[in-house]
Parts: sequence; structure tokens; C-alpha cells
Amino acid sequence: MEKETKTRYKTIIVDNVKYKTLLTKKFKNRKPYKEPELNIIKAFISGTIRKIYIKKGDKVKAGDKLVVLEAMKMRNDIIAMTDGVVKKINVKVGEKISKGKVIIEFDI
Amino acid sequence: MAHQQKTSDLKKRMRDALKGGGVKAIKKQKAIGKLTARERIIAILDPKTFHEYDLFVEHAAKDFDMDKKYLPGDGVITGTGILMGHPVCIYAQDFTVAGGSLGWMHSKKITKIMDHAMKLKVPIIGINDSGGARIQEGVNSLAGYGEIFYRNTQASGVIPQISVILGPCAGGAVYSPALTDFVFVVDKISKMFITGPEVIKTVLGEEISMEELGGAKVHSEITGNAHFYAESEMECFDQIKSLISFIPWNNLKKAAKFPKKGPKTRKYKVDNIIPTDPKHPYEVRNVIKAICDDSEFLEIQEQFAANIVIGFARMNGETIGFVANQPNVLAGVLDVDSSDKAARFIRYCDSFNIPLVTLVDLPGYLPGIDQEHAGVIRHGAKLLYAYSEATVPKITVILRKAYGGGYIAMCSSHLKADFVFAWPSAEIAVMGPEGAANIIFKKEIMNAENPDEMRKKKVNEYRKKFANPYVAAAYGYVDVVIDPVDTRKMLIHAIEISSNKKEIRPERKHGIPPF
Repeated sequence: MEKETKTRYKTIIVDNVKYKTLLTKKFKNRKPYKEPELNIIKAFISGTIRKIYIKKGDKVKAGDKLVVLEAMKMRNDIIAMTDGVVKKINVKVGEKISKGKVIIEFDI
Repeated sequence: MAHQQKTSDLKKRMRDALKGGGVKAIKKQKAIGKLTARERIIAILDPKTFHEYDLFVEHAAKDFDMDKKYLPGDGVITGTGILMGHPVCIYAQDFTVAGGSLGWMHSKKITKIMDHAMKLKVPIIGINDSGGARIQEGVNSLAGYGEIFYRNTQASGVIPQISVILGPCAGGAVYSPALTDFVFVVDKISKMFITGPEVIKTVLGEEISMEELGGAKVHSEITGNAHFYAESEMECFDQIKSLISFIPWNNLKKAAKFPKKGPKTRKYKVDNIIPTDPKHPYEVRNVIKAICDDSEFLEIQEQFAANIVIGFARMNGETIGFVANQPNVLAGVLDVDSSDKAARFIRYCDSFNIPLVTLVDLPGYLPGIDQEHAGVIRHGAKLLYAYSEATVPKITVILRKAYGGGYIAMCSSHLKADFVFAWPSAEIAVMGPEGAANIIFKKEIMNAENPDEMRKKKVNEYRKKFANPYVAAAYGYVDVVIDPVDTRKMLIHAIEISSNKKEIRPERKHGIPPF
């Protein structure tokens, strides 16, 4: 029993000191931090593309409308987060997309 | 009608109402390990003490042909009774009647018994088992929920409020339990969520089972919404009985005093639990059990944020709220969840006149981007707020590490602990020797011929000088450095001497805690 618990101990570091301890499920499952990717626009919710305002090669400014994504009976204007040139449009009008799908890619 | 006829008419009416949703619905309820609403109340309360009211209340729905339907008791049972010798008010939603759905009269029954509890100044126990709002009653059903939430808030900190989730509790309904003091859940029976799996699937395209979304385990381990987890309804009822024995009837009373009992010292030796190396873990519950009456500790939120341990025990027969860092889990650090968990418990103890004993052994706050972004500043502040605000007797024992902000937050003398004791193993410092030496002696270490050796030397130097309780004791931040075997004796005296403690706070409507 004693031996078994010992082997489960992991290390965590606080202020340069390594502590032996058990980890929680929540701690183990935490998602690593990712820098925000400004050159792609992802669907924040599943829905349907109702309108596309731009085409490939367009220069857009931060704040410009890109597409209309309808979800939960609301039409959401998806806007550019940064200036750039439209490199790729991955959706068509009427297409149903799921959360997290990359809608547009930019060159910035 | 003759009297006899009238009496037999009453009996018939009662028989009809007591049938609940009928044989078929009751069979279905039992098939999944659930008792009926009335059986649950009887199982919780002391034998033959339940008195039911409003048995003949009828629902008020008029539309959708509802006026032709008879819903016995309108799907909820309310009454008063005795629990472990304590008077209580109680209600239980009856899933066999229209799925326990909440309509206007159903809610009126609940708010009526809640109002009773407030007037009588006794605990209220609510058993939730309901499909949600009775859609046929429209906005009246929503009004019913709102009336309940309002009363939950008014009763908060005045009478103990206990929620028992024994079935579905979804949508707006979850906010009544969330506003109460203690939430009990049972594996495979309790289900709580704001939006269910079907809505999540249609809106977000994400698939998840009810159990994984809002089952008993999820709320005990991940969300922290539940305080007590049981494998069966009967185990859950035993937990309720145990809890009620530790808490007072209302905020003007003290918890019932029990005959005093010594700890089980053969099993739990207070001076033999903590490893000397401050980097090595141990089970802090064993320290609590080594010093409390009969080594009996009722832990709250055992699985959630297990890096801090909270719960009730008795010392000299009196209920004490224990808060202890758990070196066994995440080295006992403070983080978003553990700060939340402890802060709420401290406020509970403060509201209900339960003295607080804090056991300290932590390296500080958990580092990490996820913690910072989750708002560890705001959540961590709750702990400072709760300790500073509390006026019940506050006694702190520093067992081992008390570093940096963690030292301050864990009921230090600066947050007005009444007594701070420290074991000789205590290390009260800005940080651990390794970290501190690296900063203070950075140049010496860098310029040394053998930096590793120099670092070791400097770490040892720092440890000798600062990693002890005597620097803090020299400033009076620690009142007594004690032999661990004297811990119980010291605590009992401190609690006794504080029994008339009164602190007057400046007049205000209320503070603004970092919710």
C-alpha cells in the first residue's frame, strides 16, 4: 500500500522548489496556452453561413464585416480582427459549419 | 353528512392524494434506485416525526386542458419534522406527479414552507427531483422559481439551507440549490445542468451524456457545485444526519454541544505525521483526526479542489470548522478553486457561529497561465476577504511551510487571527530557501568558481536563518511556538477563552466581496 502511493507522486514546482505531490484530474486536463492566431477566423459557434461580404485577394481592415454566421436564430456579423489580405475562404453561402471550423485565412 | 361520513370522506381524499403519481409511475421511479418523495422524507427524519401540510393543494393551470387534470399535492410534499433532535422544515418534489414539474401552486407550497422555516428559525431541507418548469403554466412557473430564489437569498446566513438533488434538476431550477449552503448528490441519480445534452448538441454540435455533463461525479469533482457525494440515497441521508448534528438551528444559536471525547491517539499520532523534508507530502486529514474529538471529521467537498481540506469536527464537544492545506495534492497550493472553496466555507462558519481552526502548510499560489487567466487574483482575494471579515474565533496553526502570499492568506495574525501557533517545523518566509537564495545571492552564485556549490551553501545559510518560526515569533506574528503534542490542548484553551469574543464592524449595508 505504502509503496503503491509513493509511485503515484508527481512533482510540481513553486518558486524554484520541487514538491512531491499528487495531481488532480483537473490539473492534468488543463489545456496548454495557445497564442491567438490573428490570421484565421474560426467559427465560435455551430451554424449556417448566410452571407459572404469578401472575396479572395480583398484587402480588409480590422473591424470589416467578413461573413454572416447564423446560429441560435441570430445572424452574427463576423468581423476581421486585424488588417490583411484574404488568402482563402473555406465556406459557401448556405453551408452548415460546426464550432471551431476555420472560415477564412488571411495574409497579414 | 354525519360526522362519521365526513371523516370517511376526508380519509378517501387523503388516500387519493397519497397515491401520488400512481402505481405505474412509482414503479418506474423505483426501477432506477429512487425512493418516492414521501419515502425520502420519512427516511431522513427521525421516526414518526413528519407532519405534512397542503396535501389538498391543487394546481392552478387552466390552459391546454390542464384544468381537467388532478395532480396530487401538485407534485410536491411539504412539512415539518424532527431530524437528529433538531426541528426542521422540509419539502420534496414528487417526480411521479407530472414529472415533479414546477407550477405556480407547487412553488407556493415550497415558498410557504420556506417562510415557515424563516419564522420558526429552523433549517430547511429541499429535495429536488423535477423535470423543470411546467411549461403549460407559462410565466407563472418562472415566477414560482423567482419567488424561491428570492427566499433562498433572504434565508442565506440566517437558517441552514440544505439541498438534496435526487433526480433531474435542470435549467433555472439549479439556482435554488446553488443559492443554498449545502448540496447533496447521489451517483447516477442526480443530474444538474443549465442546458441539457440535446440543446448542446443542436446548438454547438457537441455530444455528451447527461452523466458526463452534470452527473454527481462531475459536480463533486469538477464544478464544486456539490458538497456531499453518495453512492446511494440511504448513504446520502446518513450524510445529512451527520451534517445537521454539527450545525446550529439558526444564526443566533450555537451548534449543539456533544460530550467531549479524546482523539484516537493510537491510530493518529500528531507528532508523527509530517515528514521533515518540506518538499515531501503527507495526509493533512490525519493531523485533524489526531487533534479532534473521537477523530471524527466530516469533510465537505472532498473531491473538489482537494488541495485544500474543509469540514467540521468537534473539540471539547464544540463544533469547529477546519480549513487545512493538503500537501498531498498539488503540494497544498492555493489556486482558483481552493480559494473559492475555502472562502465560502469560512463565510458559512462565520454566519453560524462556528469557530475556525486553520492548519497551514503551503508553498504559495499555483503558477500557470491557466490560473492567471482564470482570475486567480480575483478568486484568491475571496479568501483574504472571508478571513478578514470573519468575527468568529479564528485560530491558526502553522505546521510547516507558510510562504509568501499564502502565509498572509491562511488566516495570519495580520488578517486578525486571534491566536497563531506554530510548530517548530514551521517555515515562515517570503518563499522557500531555494527560491530566495537564488534571488538574494544571485551575484555571489553567478560569480562563484563552482556556482552549484555556492548555491547549496547559500540555500543552507538562508534556511538556517529564515526557514523557522522564530523570525515571525520575534515580531509577535506567531503567539506561541508549540510542541505538536500540545496542539489539542492549546486549541481547546484558545477556543474556550474566545467563547465571548465580540468584534464590532463599522456600520454598512454590506461589503463588496470579490464574487
